[in-house]
Amino acid sequence: MIKVVHYLNQFFGQIGGEEKAHIEPFVKEGFVGPGMALNAAFKGQAQIVATIICGDSYFAENEEKAKETILEMVKQYQPDLFIAGPAFNAGRYGNACGSICKYVKEKLNIPVVTGMYIENPGVDLYKKDLYIISTKDSAAGMREAIPKMADLALKLVNNEEIGSPEEEGYIERGIRKNYFAEERGSKRAVDMLIKKIRGEEFKTEFKMPDFDRVAPNPPVLDITKAKIALVTSGGIVPKGNPDKIESSSASKFGKYSIEGVNDLTSETFETAHGGYDPVYANKDADRVLPVDVLRELEREGKIGELHKYYYATVGNGTAVANAKRFGQQIARELIADGVQAVILTST
Amino acid sequence: MRLELGKIFIKDVQFSDSTRVENGILYINKEELLKEISGDERLKSIDVELAKPGEEVRIIPVKDVIEPRVKVEGKGGIFPGFISKVDTVGSGRTHVLKGAAVVTTGKIVGFQEGIIDMSGEGAKYTPFSKTNNVVIICEPVDNLPQHEHEEAVRMVGFKAAAYLGMAGKNVEPDEIKVYETLPLLEQVKKYPELPKVIYVYMLQSQGLLHDTYVYGVDAKKIIPTFIYPTEVFDGAIVSGNCVSACDKNPTYVHMNNPIIEDLYERHGKDINFLGCVITNENVYLADKERSSNYTAKLVEFLGADAVIISEEGFGNPDADLVMNCNKIEEKGIKTVLVTDEYAGRDGASQSLADSTPKGDAVVTAGNANEIVILPPMKKVIGHPEAADVIAGGFAGSLKEDGSIEAEIQVITGATSEVGFGYLTAKGF
Repeated sequence: MIKVVHYLNQFFGQIGGEEKAHIEPFVKEGFVGPGMALNAAFKGQAQIVATIICGDSYFAENEEKAKETILEMVKQYQPDLFIAGPAFNAGRYGNACGSICKYVKEKLNIPVVTGMYIENPGVDLYKKDLYIISTKDSAAGMREAIPKMADLALKLVNNEEIGSPEEEGYIERGIRKNYFAEERGSKRAVDMLIKKIRGEEFKTEFKMPDFDRVAPNPPVLDITKAKIALVTSGGIVPKGNPDKIESSSASKFGKYSIEGVNDLTSETFETAHGGYDPVYANKDADRVLPVDVLRELEREGKIGELHKYYYATVGNGTAVANAKRFGQQIARELIADGVQAVILTST
Repeated sequence: MRLELGKIFIKDVQFSDSTRVENGILYINKEELLKEISGDERLKSIDVELAKPGEEVRIIPVKDVIEPRVKVEGKGGIFPGFISKVDTVGSGRTHVLKGAAVVTTGKIVGFQEGIIDMSGEGAKYTPFSKTNNVVIICEPVDNLPQHEHEEAVRMVGFKAAAYLGMAGKNVEPDEIKVYETLPLLEQVKKYPELPKVIYVYMLQSQGLLHDTYVYGVDAKKIIPTFIYPTEVFDGAIVSGNCVSACDKNPTYVHMNNPIIEDLYERHGKDINFLGCVITNENVYLADKERSSNYTAKLVEFLGADAVIISEEGFGNPDADLVMNCNKIEEKGIKTVLVTDEYAGRDGASQSLADSTPKGDAVVTAGNANEIVILPPMKKVIGHPEAADVIAGGFAGSLKEDGSIEAEIQVITGATSEVGFGYLTAKGF
């Protein structure tokens, strides 16, 4: 019998709502909540031996610790398969499902499956690493999601060939694989063209990624009066990295005061970035975040003033969805603080 | 313009005392062929070998593949601007030795030449494992500059194909296909109810051994222009490319442009195929802007409702493809794009260097970065050590036993962006 461990949050684990989101992970033998339907969907080929329940807030705030604890719990049952969720459109739950699935897969080398709604932020973060069954945006989609998760999971355990996203119901992982088509490319192109001309449905063979192009703002009219802020994806943080911004795949950004700071030194600032040689940035972080030069310009009256906070994150394998969210949040705060121009530095 | 293409099916090729076609066999007088193609003092030696489908033979590094053709009726001759004068070709009658091909090899010119395997795994990826190949091995004199080396070998290939093509001049073809495109206004009137289609034919012109020629003119120096599709069948467009082997168009593929053939298949039935706009892929931004502006303008001027745009090469030309798509779609003209992908060996990276949401109809010829293992062959024509340096190969690609581990990028024609092959890719 294939042994399965199932992961749920406090809500689906039937502990409670947001007021229980802080609970630490714990184990229950057998299935809980949606686990019942999942267990049934295995049709006797697999069995949920244990369910791990963890609060969404607890996981988000203690990710490393939570992952370790949960991994130890999973190990005890020596499962052949690990399933998390489905998380539907719950953001923190989606992140937790993705994060713990990835970790279990890496550490125990067993198949993992989760399920999410396409717009769940966990999708962009983990779809490359995991099979994520595409679900509806709420628990109303449970009945549809469960059999797909069970079927795909069984195929993975049995080392069967995994079909296309449409066939299996998972979210496209962005992995391109070659195959020989029945018609040559030119014929496929002509057929597609005729369908497009006639307004019939056609299916592109390659979906062009949607690059988010930003039109530049008009220039600042009088830079000598402008309040200028510094924002960097080069990972410059106060020494010790107080917010623990990740060296890769950052999930957050930091906002730090540079009031009264004229120069960044190796005693006061460093980089958290794991994607470039940090030696020169750690020696003198002004190389990435040019506070010293802007202070000079400020003194000389060439700019109005340097904003008292700067913002930093790590642009190293960071998911576009996260980067976009950081940018929107930072821009809102800068506008509220009356900043007219921003110098963005990258590495 | 009306062209009859008479196909003489060639099922075998053999050396003999005279060059002729008999019962579907191309016999070659090797001495006469060598005499015909020799004389360039930039080449130290030229030799000829045969490679047939199913044989355990590898040809490496492959520079160009050319189809033997001969003009039987009508103006001009094959390869205008190179072998023949610059008369306008594309009308009358042309005979083709279908199933035979000239393949040029010899010391590597640049980094971007290919492999043709006549059997095994690699044979699946190249269309030239199915042709009876007359392989011309050209070795340059010492210290010959690369662009001269390329030119010398290119000319030898054309001469050989023209010479062999002559053998089909007085042979009754097994099949005759007629292709006709009328002058624009007449063509529009002929099928007034059918949607008007133009083929936007992008030619590799990045320079530095990435060149294509039109009636002998370097395509870098052209302004996008109109060409009757049948002109292409007579060799009006030829390759002078040492670009990645998988997705460049060898001269053979230009002469057999499958998009033109397949548009003609639907011509008069589902579409009114008005002709081709050829454009280039130069590296300077101003050139890209000018050529894409001009292409969109021409397509609009000619009254197209829809176009197919094919790319040649990858990376830098992705920008030309996207510009052409955007500017043509902005005029309300529908587009289908044909390209290939460089999604990394694991298929997980971004496939193209540029993108546009307007490119909603794309045909892909596959991921050129996928790894393939080519088994050892009994015979290798050319220089096997080139496997380590050609684009798609890497240090250690050539194993001790003669097998090659490399990206399919190394295989001539593997990811043809005019859709000459069957390979494609999908997302998982």
